[in-house]
Amino acid sequence: MKIAIIDYDTGNVRSILSAFENQGADVFLTNDKDRILESDGLVLPGVGAFAHGMKSLESYGLVDVIKEYVALDKPFIGICLGMQMLFEKSEEFGDTEGLGLISGKVVKLPTEDNQNEKLPHVSWNELNSKGVQWIDTILEDVEEGSDMYFVHTFVAQPQDNDNVLSTTEYSGYNFCSSVKRGNIYGCQFHPEKSGKMGLKIIKNFIRRCEQ
Amino acid sequence: MNKIRVIARIDVKNEFAIKGIHLEGLRRVGNPNKMALDYYNNGIDEIIFMDAVAAYYDRNSLSELIQRACSDVFIPITVGGGIRTIDDIRNALKSGADKVAINTRAVQNPSFITQSSEVFGSQCIVSSIEAKFISKNRWEVYTDNGREPTGKDVIEWAEHVEELGAGEIMLTSIDKEGTKKGFDVGLYKSVAQSVSIPVIASGGMGKASDAVELLENADIDAIATASVLHYKIETIQEIKNTLLQYQIKVRI
Repeated sequence: MKIAIIDYDTGNVRSILSAFENQGADVFLTNDKDRILESDGLVLPGVGAFAHGMKSLESYGLVDVIKEYVALDKPFIGICLGMQMLFEKSEEFGDTEGLGLISGKVVKLPTEDNQNEKLPHVSWNELNSKGVQWIDTILEDVEEGSDMYFVHTFVAQPQDNDNVLSTTEYSGYNFCSSVKRGNIYGCQFHPEKSGKMGLKIIKNFIRRCEQ
Repeated sequence: MNKIRVIARIDVKNEFAIKGIHLEGLRRVGNPNKMALDYYNNGIDEIIFMDAVAAYYDRNSLSELIQRACSDVFIPITVGGGIRTIDDIRNALKSGADKVAINTRAVQNPSFITQSSEVFGSQCIVSSIEAKFISKNRWEVYTDNGREPTGKDVIEWAEHVEELGAGEIMLTSIDKEGTKKGFDVGLYKSVAQSVSIPVIASGGMGKASDAVELLENADIDAIATASVLHYKIETIQEIKNTLLQYQIKVRI
């Protein structure tokens, strides 16, 4: 069982790599098409600006590779910006097209309730299920209200509520903090930086890759 | 209100964790990697490693330490001290750091903050500001670990680094640093009112109730402490329990 982490010159990938290693995965960094398609699980990391991330994926010719991989119905997870890029488009610096794997768009975190609330949202914050079953997903055995580490200014708004796996409240607004569509997952938070509960989510993803 | 982050600050000289008073008179307190792992296992929210002498000697040498920390500590890690080029930041992030703290270089060349936040995103650029009390409601910016006065006003500089693109401010009171006599509440209140990015208060905490006094009076997002943890004055859980008693939200 091998898990590939997409290497496209963005952010801190070493901590994702070591979190997966810590949980016993055979994991490697790559931007090679064949190695990606052969893997049993795929991780799309990412921090920073949406347009920059998409441009970087395109420059490595990875947009089509990711779509080809997803069509094989193997487990795929996008983390932080990687989750946002799963969607159709983002309003960050004008509209930018995303991977379009999940319907919906990415918008600036609304904070109308309280104009003084700070952005970016840099904080540990709670995952709420709002009645969504977490069994047999990457959030299996994660306790309701568990704290995860968030650093972001934009959030995804899935068109279909069925794709929302968890929500998190910031400044009176409940945003989508993780998504699921079939074997495609996304986390707005950083599971690799969220202590032992975050590692559990990574372990759950690894288990799905073993199936 | 956000959950307040409780951060362990570990100042490093060569391969040792060190601690001084007013950023001076440094003495060894332990192995930085062992300390980071211990704090992680006991519920700390974040770790900051500062190379205490890097700015002075014109180098940064924390790569190996960060790589080791990254293999067993799964919370955000910030590295600071001697960060002066885009390549320094890239190396720190490649080693496993999530954020870099920049002070001296930003004062010498403010556009460095803008350049680095454009390349890496403002979420990983922490502006480290060392402040020394001048007179009522006036503090001066210092660099090189509290050695060099700059003539800059702390509040104006804090506003400026936000405009330049810093994602957070780590504000250290040189007067209180290492004294364990409590935070300079006036300093943090003034700066937090002036900026809208998160502010980390560093320097002076001697017990959890010092953090309560600060957080009840200033809109601070995180507290960083060294002495309380290094000298085992209170445990991380004791600090968090005290904050919770005062209705200050923390990660449990």
